[in-house]
Amino acid sequence: MGSTGGDRAILPTVLLFRRPDGAFSAALRERYRILDFRASGETLPAFLAAAAAEPEPPRAAIVVGGGSVLVDVSFLDALPSLRCVVSTGAGVDHIDLAECARRGIAVGNSGEVYSTDVADYAVGLLIDVLRQVSVAERYVRRGSWPVQGDYPLGSKLGGKRVGIIGLGNIGSRIAKRLEAFGCVIHYNSRKPKDSVSYKYFPNVHNLAAESEVLIVACALTKATWHIVNKDVLEALGKDGVIINVGRGAHVDEVELLVALKEGKIAGAGLDVYEHEPKVPAELFSMDNVVLSAHAAVFTEESRSDLWAYTIGNLEAFFSGQPLLSPVHADSLG
Amino acid sequence: METTPQSHADEKPLVFLAQPLFPEFAAALAGRYRFVLAADADSATSAEARVLLVPGLAPVTAQHLARLPALQLVAGTSVGVDHVDLDTCRSRGLSVTNAGPAFAVDSADYAVGLVVAVLRRVAAADAYVRRGRWAADGDYPLATKVSGKRVGIVGLGNIGSRVARRLAAFGCAVSYHSRSPKPSSPYTFVPTLLDLAVGSDVLVLSCALTDERKYMVNREVMEALGKDGVLINVGRGGLVDEPELVSCLRDGALGGAGLDVYANEPAVPPELFGMDNVVLSDHRAVITPESMRGVLEVITANLDTFFSGRPLVIYRSTAMLRL
Repeated sequence: MGSTGGDRAILPTVLLFRRPDGAFSAALRERYRILDFRASGETLPAFLAAAAAEPEPPRAAIVVGGGSVLVDVSFLDALPSLRCVVSTGAGVDHIDLAECARRGIAVGNSGEVYSTDVADYAVGLLIDVLRQVSVAERYVRRGSWPVQGDYPLGSKLGGKRVGIIGLGNIGSRIAKRLEAFGCVIHYNSRKPKDSVSYKYFPNVHNLAAESEVLIVACALTKATWHIVNKDVLEALGKDGVIINVGRGAHVDEVELLVALKEGKIAGAGLDVYEHEPKVPAELFSMDNVVLSAHAAVFTEESRSDLWAYTIGNLEAFFSGQPLLSPVHADSLG
Repeated sequence: METTPQSHADEKPLVFLAQPLFPEFAAALAGRYRFVLAADADSATSAEARVLLVPGLAPVTAQHLARLPALQLVAGTSVGVDHVDLDTCRSRGLSVTNAGPAFAVDSADYAVGLVVAVLRRVAAADAYVRRGRWAADGDYPLATKVSGKRVGIVGLGNIGSRVARRLAAFGCAVSYHSRSPKPSSPYTFVPTLLDLAVGSDVLVLSCALTDERKYMVNREVMEALGKDGVLINVGRGGLVDEPELVSCLRDGALGGAGLDVYANEPAVPPELFGMDNVVLSDHRAVITPESMRGVLEVITANLDTFFSGRPLVIYRSTAMLRL
């Protein structure tokens, strides 16, 4: 994986569509000539047109998800030189994979850089919801313990049936952790996995009906948009808990709020929402939910791993090798 | 059929209570035993008592025990029995039982919940979002990875061994300290608490409180754990020098803490309320309603066994209390 350092005039050009921190920025600039969209202050069409008009137009771009930049048909039309898109997120729902495939553009994501941290966090959220760690924390912190006595008890993890939607890098790690707690693992994915002995459910409704916990850990695609809908929430039932470390759009947020308000499910642990960073205010007063700020992926360690990995993907591309973590439309979940 | 004294022939066995039963216990045990609250008993009834059931953690002192000359068994409903005068029990040859492994799973689950909550700031982030700060102030600061952390467990008994198994599944490197190594354990034994603290990122306290262990987690141990180190206590508050804990956290000598127990519950040092690298809970690790039913089974089994004259399954006999 050689660096193309040395004569700066021949560094390959890479478009950057995310805010880098100092370390990432420095590492990128050692190897590439960076055209930074945010720093340019231009509109997207103007920025892409200027890049396309260069004598050596850029062949690679780094794009993060969740922002305003979508790698869609108009983006790709504006930059015909593009041959490689690397996402610094786990998700690639901001990239039109079918269109990229049609044009022979390689797409890479962050591979397994985040998988462990997301799995750790999902389990942490579940323990928190079931055993009420955060709500007891608030209770103690505001001085209620000496005055009002013990806060009511939570519910045991062991023996609960956990239905994992998506048994990929993240889902399989969640399963391994929860097995150590004595949970029973059920799962749904596009196809059953021969390598595991967990019970497979081709249908998410049935998965929910036979589980006390539902954990969303799949990629966001057209097929999985609102995969947790009113019907699934009802099937999960009044003792059921949902944990979402996928995308806000995996869950019908309006129906989730109704289900929580009406006691149709027992609780929720949410790391993602449909309109981040806006979180429905009704959730703030609910003690049976645990809220976090899209933090499942973020630790200091995975952040620095991510920079190395992203550069690894780019180096592979520029040296004519397959990407470290190529994404194909049909390889998701 | 031989005759037995008629006044007791049809009576249920007498069980003295150190304090009133929890409602759930009372409901489940009703009709099986004749319960008398020790404080209310006259000396004649006290002289008959062979069993003292200790619901909860109210102290059972030498004076209490002296009023029960026929006592043979002290049955606790908790895991820790440090609220019972064990020296007196030992010298009188009394059997002492605890809740055994009934609560171990819940304590282990909660201990792991605290580890994740502290390292990944789950509770602090929840408070942040709840106050509307995500939209206003941006992302919550980065936390640190759980997987790969070096975890040192103090006490590899029912609780500690389960904590170990769970954190190993998270990809943590697990070592432990106890009075002696457990040859059947796959984890690394470390001969001293200080060495364990030096080599760990997270220290989990899951051992019993004994006289030798009082305040064993002192400033030296906490400084060895270090400015990025985390202390998790689901054992007893008395295992930790609490004023030093507050001071180490304040000074940044210790990175963070997850605390379910304290020196003087329910009093929590108020300085902790201002720290967001600390997760506090109200001695709740140990139990869920499901486990409560498990404890009732253990207690009922112990009492039935005792009254039938069969050998008792002693989870913690006076001899074993040296651990």
